[in-house]
Amino acid sequence: MPALPLDDAGPYVAAAYLVFLALILIYVAIMAGKLVRIARELGELSELVERRERSSGDELSTPAGEAVPR
Amino acid sequence: MFARGLKPLSIASVVLVVGAFALVFFYAPNDADQGFIQKIFYLHVPLAIVALFGFVAGGVFGIRYLRDGDRAHDLRSYVAIHLSLIFGVATLITGSIWAKASWGHWWLWDEPTLVSFLIVFLLYACYTPLRFSIEDPERQARTAAVFAITAGAFVPLNFLAVRMAESLAHPRVLSETGGSMPGDMYLTFLVSLAAMAVLFVTLCKYELTSKEASMRLRALKRRLAAADDDAWTPTARSAAPQQL
Repeated sequence: MPALPLDDAGPYVAAAYLVFLALILIYVAIMAGKLVRIARELGELSELVERRERSSGDELSTPAGEAVPR
Repeated sequence: MFARGLKPLSIASVVLVVGAFALVFFYAPNDADQGFIQKIFYLHVPLAIVALFGFVAGGVFGIRYLRDGDRAHDLRSYVAIHLSLIFGVATLITGSIWAKASWGHWWLWDEPTLVSFLIVFLLYACYTPLRFSIEDPERQARTAAVFAITAGAFVPLNFLAVRMAESLAHPRVLSETGGSMPGDMYLTFLVSLAAMAVLFVTLCKYELTSKEASMRLRALKRRLAAADDDAWTPTARSAAPQQL
Protein backbone atom coordinates (compact mmCIF):
# COMPACT_ATOMS: atom_id res chain seq x y z
CA MET A 1 0.00 0.00 0.00
CA PRO A 2 1.42 3.45 -0.89
CA ALA A 3 2.32 5.87 1.92
CA LEU A 4 -0.56 8.06 3.09
CA PRO A 5 -0.12 11.80 2.46
CA LEU A 6 0.53 13.90 5.56
CA ASP A 7 -3.03 15.28 5.61
CA ASP A 8 -4.49 11.77 5.80
CA ALA A 9 -1.85 10.24 8.08
CA GLY A 10 -1.87 13.14 10.61
CA PRO A 11 -5.22 12.31 12.27
CA TYR A 12 -4.22 8.64 12.70
CA VAL A 13 -0.89 9.55 14.30
CA ALA A 14 -2.59 12.14 16.52
CA ALA A 15 -5.24 9.59 17.52
CA ALA A 16 -2.60 6.99 18.50
CA TYR A 17 -0.64 9.44 20.67
CA LEU A 18 -3.84 10.86 22.19
CA VAL A 19 -5.03 7.35 23.12
CA PHE A 20 -1.75 6.79 24.96
CA LEU A 21 -2.00 10.14 26.78
CA ALA A 22 -5.66 9.52 27.63
CA LEU A 23 -4.85 6.10 29.14
CA ILE A 24 -2.05 7.56 31.24
CA LEU A 25 -4.29 10.44 32.39
CA ILE A 26 -7.13 8.04 33.30
CA TYR A 27 -4.64 5.94 35.28
CA VAL A 28 -3.30 9.03 37.08
CA ALA A 29 -6.89 10.19 37.81
CA ILE A 30 -7.73 6.79 39.35
CA MET A 31 -4.53 6.95 41.43
CA ALA A 32 -5.47 10.49 42.54
CA GLY A 33 -8.88 9.19 43.64
CA LYS A 34 -7.19 6.51 45.71
CA LEU A 35 -4.85 9.10 47.22
CA VAL A 36 -7.85 11.25 48.23
CA ARG A 37 -9.42 8.20 49.91
CA ILE A 38 -6.20 7.46 51.79
CA ALA A 39 -5.99 11.11 52.92
CA ARG A 40 -9.62 11.02 54.11
CA GLU A 41 -9.11 7.78 56.04
CA LEU A 42 -5.90 9.17 57.55
CA GLY A 43 -7.88 12.23 58.69
CA GLU A 44 -10.52 9.99 60.29
CA LEU A 45 -7.83 8.00 62.09
CA SER A 46 -6.09 11.16 63.35
CA GLU A 47 -9.44 12.42 64.65
CA LEU A 48 -10.09 9.11 66.39
CA VAL A 49 -6.66 9.13 68.04
CA GLU A 50 -7.08 12.76 69.14
CA ARG A 51 -10.51 11.97 70.63
CA ARG A 52 -9.06 9.03 72.47
CA GLU A 53 -6.11 11.07 73.81
CA ARG A 54 -8.50 13.80 74.95
CA SER A 55 -10.80 11.37 76.75
CA SER A 56 -7.87 9.56 78.44
CA GLY A 57 -6.45 12.97 79.48
CA ASP A 58 -9.82 13.90 80.96
CA GLU A 59 -9.90 10.66 82.91
CA LEU A 60 -6.41 11.33 84.34
CA SER A 61 -7.10 14.95 85.33
CA THR A 62 -10.57 14.33 86.85
CA PRO A 63 -10.41 13.56 90.58
CA ALA A 64 -12.32 10.50 91.76
CA GLY A 65 -15.96 11.17 92.47
CA GLU A 66 -16.16 14.28 90.31
CA ALA A 67 -17.53 14.33 86.81
CA VAL A 68 -16.10 17.70 85.80
CA PRO A 69 -12.41 18.63 86.32
CA ARG A 70 -11.80 21.62 88.61
CA MET B 1 9.22 0.44 51.49
CA PHE B 2 8.23 1.07 47.84
CA ALA B 3 8.42 4.88 47.76
CA ARG B 4 12.23 5.06 47.63
CA GLY B 5 13.48 6.75 44.46
CA LEU B 6 9.99 7.74 43.32
CA LYS B 7 10.81 11.42 42.83
CA PRO B 8 13.88 10.96 40.57
CA LEU B 9 12.06 8.23 38.66
CA SER B 10 9.08 10.54 38.07
CA ILE B 11 11.35 13.31 36.80
CA ALA B 12 13.23 10.83 34.58
CA SER B 13 9.90 9.58 33.16
CA VAL B 14 8.71 13.07 32.24
CA VAL B 15 12.09 14.02 30.71
CA LEU B 16 12.36 10.77 28.73
CA VAL B 17 8.76 10.76 27.45
CA VAL B 18 8.93 14.44 26.39
CA GLY B 19 12.40 13.84 24.88
CA ALA B 20 11.23 10.74 23.01
CA PHE B 21 8.18 12.51 21.57
CA ALA B 22 10.36 15.47 20.55
CA LEU B 23 12.76 13.08 18.77
CA VAL B 24 9.83 11.32 17.06
CA PHE B 25 8.36 14.51 15.61
CA PHE B 26 11.40 16.79 15.15
CA TYR B 27 14.42 14.49 14.64
CA ALA B 28 13.47 11.12 13.12
CA PRO B 29 12.88 11.34 9.36
CA ASN B 30 9.67 10.15 7.74
CA ASP B 31 9.83 6.53 6.62
CA ALA B 32 10.47 6.19 2.88
CA ASP B 33 7.86 3.46 2.52
CA GLN B 34 5.08 4.40 4.99
CA GLY B 35 5.61 8.14 5.36
CA PHE B 36 4.33 10.05 8.39
CA ILE B 37 2.07 7.21 9.62
CA GLN B 38 5.22 5.28 10.64
CA LYS B 39 5.53 7.69 13.63
CA ILE B 40 3.08 5.39 15.43
CA PHE B 41 5.84 2.76 15.42
CA TYR B 42 7.81 4.71 18.09
CA LEU B 43 4.86 4.43 20.47
CA HIS B 44 3.29 1.09 19.55
CA VAL B 45 6.40 -1.12 19.54
CA PRO B 46 7.95 0.12 22.85
CA LEU B 47 4.52 -0.25 24.52
CA ALA B 48 4.28 -3.85 23.28
CA ILE B 49 7.84 -4.75 24.35
CA VAL B 50 7.43 -3.20 27.82
CA ALA B 51 4.03 -4.89 28.29
CA LEU B 52 5.51 -8.31 27.41
CA PHE B 53 8.49 -7.77 29.74
CA GLY B 54 6.04 -6.69 32.46
CA PHE B 55 4.14 -9.97 32.08
CA VAL B 56 7.41 -11.91 32.39
CA ALA B 57 8.40 -9.79 35.43
CA GLY B 58 5.05 -10.75 37.01
CA GLY B 59 6.07 -14.41 36.61
CA VAL B 60 9.54 -13.77 38.10
CA PHE B 61 7.94 -12.14 41.17
CA GLY B 62 5.56 -15.10 41.32
CA ILE B 63 8.57 -17.44 41.55
CA ARG B 64 10.10 -15.28 44.28
CA TYR B 65 6.82 -15.31 46.22
CA LEU B 66 6.57 -19.11 46.07
CA ARG B 67 10.24 -19.43 47.12
CA ASP B 68 10.29 -16.87 49.96
CA GLY B 69 6.62 -16.55 50.92
CA ASP B 70 7.14 -12.78 51.05
CA ARG B 71 3.78 -11.06 50.36
CA ALA B 72 5.61 -8.03 48.92
CA HIS B 73 6.56 -10.20 45.90
CA ASP B 74 2.89 -11.13 45.42
CA LEU B 75 2.03 -7.43 45.41
CA ARG B 76 4.85 -6.70 42.91
CA SER B 77 3.63 -9.52 40.66
CA TYR B 78 0.05 -8.20 40.81
CA VAL B 79 1.07 -4.61 40.02
CA ALA B 80 3.43 -5.63 37.17
CA ILE B 81 0.67 -7.67 35.49
CA HIS B 82 -1.96 -4.99 36.13
CA LEU B 83 0.16 -2.29 34.49
CA SER B 84 1.18 -4.60 31.65
CA LEU B 85 -2.52 -5.07 30.89
CA ILE B 86 -2.95 -1.28 30.66
CA PHE B 87 0.11 -1.06 28.37
CA GLY B 88 -1.38 -4.01 26.44
CA VAL B 89 -4.63 -2.10 25.87
CA ALA B 90 -2.59 0.86 24.57
CA THR B 91 -0.60 -1.51 22.30
CA LEU B 92 -3.76 -3.04 20.81
CA ILE B 93 -5.45 0.33 20.21
CA THR B 94 -2.37 2.04 18.71
CA GLY B 95 -1.69 -1.09 16.61
CA SER B 96 -5.24 -1.07 15.28
CA ILE B 97 -4.99 2.60 14.33
CA TRP B 98 -1.69 1.93 12.54
CA ALA B 99 -3.15 -1.13 10.77
CA LYS B 100 -6.17 0.85 9.56
CA ALA B 101 -3.93 3.58 8.16
CA SER B 102 -1.35 1.28 6.52
CA TRP B 103 -3.29 -1.88 5.60
CA GLY B 104 -6.82 -0.47 5.39
CA HIS B 105 -8.12 -2.81 8.12
CA TRP B 106 -8.50 -2.31 11.89
CA TRP B 107 -7.44 -5.95 12.48
CA LEU B 108 -6.00 -8.85 10.44
CA TRP B 109 -6.82 -12.30 11.80
CA ASP B 110 -4.23 -14.06 9.58
CA GLU B 111 -1.33 -11.99 10.98
CA PRO B 112 0.53 -14.11 13.62
CA THR B 113 2.06 -11.16 15.52
CA LEU B 114 -1.29 -9.47 16.10
CA VAL B 115 -3.20 -12.61 17.01
CA SER B 116 -0.44 -13.92 19.31
CA PHE B 117 -0.35 -10.61 21.22
CA LEU B 118 -4.14 -10.72 21.56
CA ILE B 119 -3.92 -14.30 22.91
CA VAL B 120 -1.31 -13.24 25.50
CA PHE B 121 -3.44 -10.22 26.44
CA LEU B 122 -6.62 -12.30 26.82
CA LEU B 123 -4.71 -14.89 28.85
CA TYR B 124 -3.62 -12.20 31.32
CA ALA B 125 -7.10 -10.64 31.29
CA CYS B 126 -8.11 -13.77 33.27
CA TYR B 127 -5.58 -12.95 36.02
CA THR B 128 -7.67 -10.37 37.92
CA PRO B 129 -10.95 -12.39 37.83
CA LEU B 130 -8.95 -15.44 38.99
CA ARG B 131 -7.62 -13.52 41.99
CA PHE B 132 -11.04 -12.08 42.75
CA SER B 133 -12.63 -15.54 42.73
CA ILE B 134 -10.45 -16.73 45.63
CA GLU B 135 -11.29 -15.32 49.06
CA ASP B 136 -8.53 -16.81 51.21
CA PRO B 137 -5.55 -14.38 50.83
CA GLU B 138 -2.91 -17.10 51.15
CA ARG B 139 -4.54 -19.31 48.52
CA GLN B 140 -5.21 -16.31 46.31
CA ALA B 141 -1.54 -15.31 46.33
CA ARG B 142 -0.32 -18.89 45.72
CA THR B 143 -2.73 -19.54 42.84
CA ALA B 144 -1.97 -16.14 41.28
CA ALA B 145 1.77 -16.87 41.50
CA VAL B 146 1.34 -20.23 39.73
CA PHE B 147 -0.75 -18.53 37.03
CA ALA B 148 1.81 -15.71 36.62
CA ILE B 149 4.69 -18.22 36.27
CA THR B 150 2.87 -20.43 33.75
CA ALA B 151 1.64 -17.50 31.67
CA GLY B 152 5.02 -15.76 32.00
CA ALA B 153 6.76 -18.80 30.51
CA PHE B 154 4.25 -18.74 27.65
CA VAL B 155 5.24 -15.16 26.62
CA PRO B 156 8.80 -15.88 25.29
CA LEU B 157 7.64 -19.19 23.76
CA ASN B 158 4.90 -17.31 21.95
CA PHE B 159 7.39 -14.67 20.80
CA LEU B 160 9.73 -17.35 19.38
CA ALA B 161 6.88 -19.20 17.66
CA VAL B 162 5.77 -16.00 15.92
CA ARG B 163 9.32 -15.21 14.77
CA MET B 164 9.56 -18.68 13.23
CA ALA B 165 6.35 -18.08 11.26
CA GLU B 166 6.91 -17.75 7.52
CA SER B 167 4.52 -15.17 6.07
CA LEU B 168 4.53 -11.88 7.93
CA ALA B 169 3.02 -8.56 6.94
CA HIS B 170 4.04 -7.15 10.35
CA PRO B 171 7.50 -5.48 10.20
CA ARG B 172 10.43 -6.97 12.19
CA VAL B 173 12.11 -4.63 14.64
CA LEU B 174 14.26 -6.70 16.96
CA SER B 175 16.91 -8.23 14.71
CA GLU B 176 20.71 -8.22 14.55
CA THR B 177 20.55 -5.44 11.95
CA GLY B 178 18.13 -3.35 14.01
CA GLY B 179 15.32 -4.07 11.54
CA SER B 180 17.25 -2.26 8.75
CA MET B 181 16.51 1.10 10.37
CA PRO B 182 18.72 4.14 9.71
CA GLY B 183 20.73 5.38 12.72
CA ASP B 184 18.52 8.37 13.58
CA MET B 185 15.36 6.24 13.50
CA TYR B 186 17.02 3.53 15.60
CA LEU B 187 18.18 6.10 18.17
CA THR B 188 14.64 7.53 18.39
CA PHE B 189 13.27 4.02 18.83
CA LEU B 190 15.76 3.26 21.64
CA VAL B 191 14.93 6.52 23.48
CA SER B 192 11.19 5.75 23.12
CA LEU B 193 11.77 2.25 24.46
CA ALA B 194 13.72 3.65 27.44
CA ALA B 195 10.95 6.22 28.05
CA MET B 196 8.23 3.56 28.12
CA ALA B 197 10.33 1.27 30.34
CA VAL B 198 11.02 4.05 32.88
CA LEU B 199 7.37 5.16 32.75
CA PHE B 200 6.31 1.57 33.45
CA VAL B 201 8.64 1.28 36.47
CA THR B 202 7.48 4.69 37.79
CA LEU B 203 3.78 3.82 37.52
CA CYS B 204 4.51 0.45 39.17
CA LYS B 205 6.16 2.28 42.06
CA TYR B 206 3.21 4.70 42.34
CA GLU B 207 0.76 1.83 42.57
CA LEU B 208 2.92 -0.16 44.99
CA THR B 209 3.30 2.88 47.25
CA SER B 210 -0.43 3.59 47.14
CA LYS B 211 -1.31 -0.04 47.92
CA GLU B 212 1.21 -0.15 50.76
CA ALA B 213 -0.25 3.04 52.28
CA SER B 214 -3.79 1.57 52.04
CA MET B 215 -2.64 -1.66 53.70
CA ARG B 216 -0.91 0.19 56.54
CA LEU B 217 -4.01 2.32 57.11
CA ARG B 218 -6.23 -0.75 57.20
CA ALA B 219 -3.89 -2.46 59.67
CA LEU B 220 -3.89 0.68 61.88
CA LYS B 221 -7.69 0.85 61.75
CA ARG B 222 -7.91 -2.79 62.79
CA ARG B 223 -5.55 -2.19 65.72
CA LEU B 224 -7.51 0.84 66.89
CA ALA B 225 -10.81 -0.99 66.50
CA ALA B 226 -9.43 -3.93 68.50
CA ALA B 227 -8.22 -1.58 71.25
CA ASP B 228 -11.67 0.04 71.38
CA ASP B 229 -13.31 -3.40 71.60
CA ASP B 230 -15.33 -2.43 68.56
CA ALA B 231 -16.77 -5.11 66.38
CA TRP B 232 -14.11 -5.72 63.71
CA THR B 233 -15.45 -5.49 60.18
CA PRO B 234 -13.59 -7.61 57.63
CA THR B 235 -12.30 -5.91 54.48
CA ALA B 236 -14.27 -6.37 51.27
CA ARG B 237 -13.12 -9.09 48.88
CA SER B 238 -10.56 -7.77 46.40
CA ALA B 239 -8.41 -8.99 43.54
CA ALA B 240 -5.47 -6.96 44.86
CA PRO B 241 -3.35 -8.28 47.75
CA GLN B 242 -4.79 -6.98 51.04
CA GLN B 243 -1.84 -7.33 53.40
CA LEU B 244 1.93 -7.45 53.36
